[in-house]
Amino acid sequence: MENVQTSTNINFTPRITPKSKSLWQHAWTQLKKDKLAMLALTVVTLYSLIAILSALGVIATGFDKEVGASYMAPNLEHILGTDIFGRSVWDKMIKSTEVAMSVGLVTAVISIFIGVLLGSIAGYFGGLLDELIVWFYTTVSSIPGIMLLVAITFIMGKGLFAMYLALGLTSWVSLCRLIRGEVMRHKDREYVQAASSVGCGDFRKLFVHILPNVLHIVIINFSLQFQVAIKSEVILSYLGLGVQGRPSWGTMIDDSKLELARGVWWQLFAASIAMFIVVLAFSILGDALRDALDPKLKGK
Amino acid sequence: MNIYFYIIRRMAYMIPILLGVCLVIFFLFNVVAPDPAMIMLGKHATAKQILEVRKELGLDRPWFSQYLDIVKSSFTFDFGRSWSTKQEIVDMIKNGAIPSLTVAIPAFIIATILSIVISMFVAFYRGSLLDKMTVFVCVALMSLSSLAYILFGQWFFAFKLGWFEISGYEPVFPQIISYVALPVIIWVILEVGPDVRFYRTVVLDEVYQDYVRTARSKGLSEKVILFKHILKNAMIPIITSIIIQIPFLILGALLLESFFGIPGLGGITLNAINSSDFPVIKAMTVLSAVAFIIFSVITDVMYTLVDPRIRLK
Repeated sequence: MENVQTSTNINFTPRITPKSKSLWQHAWTQLKKDKLAMLALTVVTLYSLIAILSALGVIATGFDKEVGASYMAPNLEHILGTDIFGRSVWDKMIKSTEVAMSVGLVTAVISIFIGVLLGSIAGYFGGLLDELIVWFYTTVSSIPGIMLLVAITFIMGKGLFAMYLALGLTSWVSLCRLIRGEVMRHKDREYVQAASSVGCGDFRKLFVHILPNVLHIVIINFSLQFQVAIKSEVILSYLGLGVQGRPSWGTMIDDSKLELARGVWWQLFAASIAMFIVVLAFSILGDALRDALDPKLKGK
Repeated sequence: MNIYFYIIRRMAYMIPILLGVCLVIFFLFNVVAPDPAMIMLGKHATAKQILEVRKELGLDRPWFSQYLDIVKSSFTFDFGRSWSTKQEIVDMIKNGAIPSLTVAIPAFIIATILSIVISMFVAFYRGSLLDKMTVFVCVALMSLSSLAYILFGQWFFAFKLGWFEISGYEPVFPQIISYVALPVIIWVILEVGPDVRFYRTVVLDEVYQDYVRTARSKGLSEKVILFKHILKNAMIPIITSIIIQIPFLILGALLLESFFGIPGLGGITLNAINSSDFPVIKAMTVLSAVAFIIFSVITDVMYTLVDPRIRLK
């Protein structure tokens, strides 16, 4: 983005301008002004904290212990009631944050790694390599995502690890497309030519010079991926392909399909609300990041 | 570039994509998936039984001919028989298509019309509180799990209030409504959120174009600009997104169909997933991929026909 800055600062009268802000500083200032986005950021931080604390065994340690009778309605002692085995639904909900956040994070990291790598190589080198990568992602995107997910979890077996891989391997195409397009736009710009003229190799130009300039797309995509993965976890758990032997919002919602007819609504409620809040927060954050980081949308 | 040449080239490009899809399916189900013979026979199978079953399924043949079978099936739609029901898969698809479409088509039409109307409306009042609230509601609607909608809807409206049938399907006219209405409503709710958001941005992209400024400087009213000038241009990406959604209707709503007991393609797929019925899963994957490829060609061609700017490139 530096080149944009310099081209707008060409003026012949010497003037003392305050040190210009980078794109990131601008974005952060703008984000800070957006109250809703800051609230969303707080929520996301809180969920991450809960997930870490529960993973370390500090909170929700009693999620698998019997604390009362089966199917106790929400009361003062157990504010979200108990499940069929008399376990606290509140503790299960908290413990499930761990699965949700880890699925979101790992999936997003996998899909960003593949998307950025393939997208930037295709966009930068062009030619046959580009044709091949475009062919590959068109192929992958032609297969309905759910079928790919199912196929991959079949092969990998069930459980958390399989879910990470399946969701990561099926969600990189849209980012790959975006990165490819952006890298193509950037590769002939002056700053890249300048980098060549001082003797930078292809990989240095691509990863050190161009990539930082398309990083904002990755960040926006990250928050999108994160919440899509959290939502997909629920579907996979319903299909019986999700985590086994530990609570997750997906397994909780799946359990509740047999409970509703008996009037036991609290497990569905707890898992849905917990998920709703964090997914909503990621959506709001993603939109705010897009507004703050995407220069094309500035002023709209 | 000549438009006919473009269409032919675009259609020719279907072939490598189709071969690629078949390659992915082959790789996933014939190469890396657990041995189907083991799945079918269970843990206590003898080596001889496994060999027999492998032979029966054609798994002992060379990989290349197995791959060719998948490619062939994407043209002939001859997918063989299901492992669990022993039925011809083509017949299963034929029987499942109608129930799937009785849910999918009304839901799709209602959701699309509703979304376009809402998004034009909020675009007209862009920047207002109403606009912001609508976007927020859309995001909120999208943040709930689709399972939560289905479970709550089925429990509350069908089970508690008794407005609809809880589950099942009857292919005769007046009765069918009580079975299909609730899944359709839930589908519409699930679809409206993302659609309104997308159509709204499409319309807003047009709002800042030069031709709109020209129209405004000529003194045209906002309404005329929105409904005559902007809508015409915005319809291109909107129609594109509508067409590209059609192939996904074929799979039906996997979850909706299974919860409401609708004997459609989604339900068939879900059963196949639960019983590791590879031929059915493969068939559904091939079928929907073929539909997707064909419809994306149609969209691309339509795009170039409708928008002369693209043809120039």
